[in-house]
This record gives sequence, C-alpha cells and structure tokens, in this order.
Amino acid sequence: MTARHAGPAVEVRNLSKRFGNAQALDDVSCEIAAGELFGFIGPDGAGKTTLLRTLVTLLVPDRGHARVLGLDVVDDLWALRKTVGYMPGRFSLYPDLSALENLRFFASVFGTTVEKGRATIDPIWRQLEPFADRRAAALSGGMKQKLALSCALVHAPPILILDEPTTGVDAVSRREFWDLLTRLRSEGLTIVVSTPYMDEANRCDRVAFMQRGRLLLTDTPAAIVARYPRPLFAVRSPDRLALLRVLRDFPFAASAWPFGESVHYTDERTDVTPEDITRSLLAHATAAGLSGVSAEPITAGIEDAFMWHLARAEAA
Amino acid sequence: MTPIAIEARELTRKFGDFTAVNAISFQVAQGEVFGFLGANGAGKTTAIRMLTGLLQPTAGSATVAGHDVVHEPEQVRRRIGYMSQRFSLYDDLTVRENITFYGGIYGLSTRDIVERMDALLARIGLEHARNELVGRIPLGWKQQLAFSVALLHEPAVLFLDEPTSGVDPITRRRFWEMMYETAAGGTAMLVTTHYLEEAEYCDRLSIMVEGAIAAMGTPSEVRRAFGADTLDDVFLRLTRPGAVA
Repeated sequence: MTARHAGPAVEVRNLSKRFGNAQALDDVSCEIAAGELFGFIGPDGAGKTTLLRTLVTLLVPDRGHARVLGLDVVDDLWALRKTVGYMPGRFSLYPDLSALENLRFFASVFGTTVEKGRATIDPIWRQLEPFADRRAAALSGGMKQKLALSCALVHAPPILILDEPTTGVDAVSRREFWDLLTRLRSEGLTIVVSTPYMDEANRCDRVAFMQRGRLLLTDTPAAIVARYPRPLFAVRSPDRLALLRVLRDFPFAASAWPFGESVHYTDERTDVTPEDITRSLLAHATAAGLSGVSAEPITAGIEDAFMWHLARAEAA
Repeated sequence: MTPIAIEARELTRKFGDFTAVNAISFQVAQGEVFGFLGANGAGKTTAIRMLTGLLQPTAGSATVAGHDVVHEPEQVRRRIGYMSQRFSLYDDLTVRENITFYGGIYGLSTRDIVERMDALLARIGLEHARNELVGRIPLGWKQQLAFSVALLHEPAVLFLDEPTSGVDPITRRRFWEMMYETAAGGTAMLVTTHYLEEAEYCDRLSIMVEGAIAAMGTPSEVRRAFGADTLDDVFLRLTRPGAVA
C-alpha cells in the first residue's frame, strides 16, 4: 500500500497531446481532491479518453505534466501502475476465462489475492458470484461491467479511474452503476469518471466540461447551474418547428433549443423582469401568427449550462 | 386521417424457447416521429429486424410503407431508410463515394445520384468536403451526412438506431431539428435512444419490456398514465418493478 500523500489526488498542469492533425488535449489543467467523485463530461472526440489514458500512464503527454497520488505519470510510471484502479472504455477482460479466473488473474498481477481484496469488492462481487464459473464472454452486458469493476478494484486502490463505463448502457442500468460509484465514494475512494451523458453530471461532486481537447469549465453541478448568466424560459406551442423559428427571430434572443416537449429560450437582457420578457415574447409570437404559446421562467439545468458555454466557445 | 406508415399486428419472434418479441401491435403515421424505447435486451433490435424485412416473424404480421414484411420484403427494403450513427457510412470512402455507393444500392440512376448529391451537400453545407474521407470529417457532420444519405432514395419510413449517441448537446438538437423538418415532409421515423430526456422529443413512443410493449402514447400521456414526472421514472418502474424510484 502506498502511503497517503497530502496534496490533491490528481494534479494536471498544461497537458497537451496531439495525434497527427488532431489536437486531442489542448493545455488542460485541473485538480481533483482526495475522496472526490469527479466527472469529465463531453462528446466523442473531446479528449476524455486521451486524458484518462495519460493519467493511468498509458500515454505520454507532448507537453505539461500530471501527478496522480503525488506520483508523476511519466517519471513514476511503475509505482503509479501498481496503485491506480483503471476500468477502460472497451471490455478488456479475457473472454475465455471464467469470471472468477479473470478476477484471480487481476489479483495476482497486482500481487494480491481474491481473498484479500474481497472486502473491497464485496458489494459488486456478491451480485456476480452466482456466475463465477461462467466464461466472461457469456456474461450479460451489465455483468461484464460489474466484473470489469471488480477486477479494477481487487487490489483495493485508493483511486479508481473509469473511462465511459456507462456508454451504450440503458438508462436503468446506468442509474444502478452510478449508485454503485456513489457507494464506493462514500467509503473514501477517489473516483474519476468520463461520460458523454449530461444527466450524469449531477451524480458527481464536481465536473469538467470537455470539448475539442479543452476544459470549458470546472465546478460543482450546483454552482454551474447557479451561474447561468441570462434569464431562461420554457416556451411551449403545438408547432415546435415554427416556435423555434419565431423565437430565434425575436430581437433579444440569445438562444432557443428544443428541450423535450418545450423549447428553452434564453433572453439576451439582464435588466428586464421575467414578466416583461414573457409579455413581449408572447406578443412577438402572436404577431408572427403562432397561437397557443405559453412561456414560464425556469432555472437552468446542467445541459442548458453546457450548451451556453459550448455556443460561446464555438463563436470564439 | 393520416395514412399509416408502419403497422405491426401481434408481431412475434421466438428463438427456441425464448420469446424475444411477444405479440407487439402498434401504428406509426406518415410524418410521425415514433420513439422505440426499452432496456438492453428488451427486444427492440429483433423487432426492427422484422420490420425491415431482415428477419421472419414467428407469428403475427407487419406492413411497412404499404408492403407486407413477410411476403414483400424486397419492396419494403426499397421504401425504407436506415441510419445508425456508428455504422452507416464507410470511413475509408470519400463523401462523394459514399453517396454514389448508397445511391447505387438503392437503384438510383447516375443522373439522379449526381443531382441529389449536389442538393444534399448544399443543404448540409458540406460541398467543400466532397472529396474528403468520411473518417476525417467531424462527428456532427458525419451524422448529418449519414442521415441525408439514408434519405437519398426518398424513403417513406426511416429507421434510426441511436442516431445521436456520443455527440454534444447542441449537435444533438440540430439533428432533431433536421428530423422534425424531414417528418414535416411526410417521412415517418422510428427512433431508438438511450437518452430518455430525448424521448420527450418524439410525437409518440413505446417502451418495451421483456419483448412486449408495456407503455405507449405521447410522452405526456405515458408520464400521466404512470403518475410520473419524467420518462426516466416511468422507465425505472417498468424495468425494475422492485426498485423504489
């Protein structure tokens, strides 16, 4: 076991990495505290995997440096590899070994045994145990995911790094997986996770939005939505397409995007009351020939906030 | 009354003792965006394979774009389009080559292909990239291109399998706006997604549980029927009856 070090669990300073013409990471900096559940959120190609692979010593950065548990990802490669728990995005266990054989293998690679790791993995492994002798290839998607997590945790690492563990998984299984992560975090584990799903941001202590190799912003989910900089409204009409066009034509429109059955409209003005905005908006819609329109002020969600910053980054 | 684009009647498929799809019945009207939801393994893919004429039903029947999927699978396939964000285009072919290839598959004349290619590229703003390898264009564009290519032969029904997975929320919304515009022209769409919040964009939707349709209606009808605030809660109750929401 590594001695507990005093600083942040993860320290990233000006990290850059290029693959051919693609700037996968562009001057990324951030810190993750011990015991945090931290999420990197962004679309495919944003650089999430490159960043996590760098943190687990599988990639060497072009510029900048990173420390995990005080260990440098380049200079202290071997010490760090023994310490971190890592669950890659693609299923990477041995399909021809049974669930238990896979677990034994990973335990032995990390110089421990399944028995010693049992306490750490118990809540997950208990669900898998009925299938211990089944070949990994024959497990269901959810079970494979739990086996991969057990293998990543069997050496009781102080930090767990997971690359898109819930991609392609249905909504309910995703929720259950996050319940599991929340439980591990409450036991003191530091968790770093990447995801393309905005709705998972609220399960993290802090998140960083990633786009095109950069961190757009990093904060707690509550602070991110609280700082939404303009008045936001949910506007409804039976004709969504026409409503979108009409809202975007409004002279004070900052943005209008479909959100489920309504359209989220952001007004450019910060010095006008929501009532006045609603009134002028409805007058504009009526003048444009739309009927049955309603509008109400709402508080922003994580996705509204991400889109605001994304649009600004695109315009810049 | 709007003409029916998809009609499934007690559509069933068994694999040995296992009933993958269990007597599902539903209709999708022309110009309608229909969400086809369910957990992994609920039977969505098997149902779609039957509706696209790729798999024979064990029992029941279905009509797609006016043709019977069992007796006229060729006609069905000519009248439908299929798009999956991950698999529909060839990364090693250029934009132009992909369009030509799919146009040829759907039996369009060279002249039609050239005309439609120009219109298509102008519409999505990709004219400058016609000789680029598809693998090298950004994901958001690739997705719009895949969508447009699936519509090249002007199908009556478009099947979309998780069309927006992995893209940022702005690109995702631009994609849905494109879907609305296409639906407004009369094309029916059957779409699968893992984003339940996105399912709220559909005109109507169904949720499959263990091969059967367990809920169906407009998003607000489905939420109301279960006394739930979100489709996420409905989904949780249906797929994990024991869990407390």
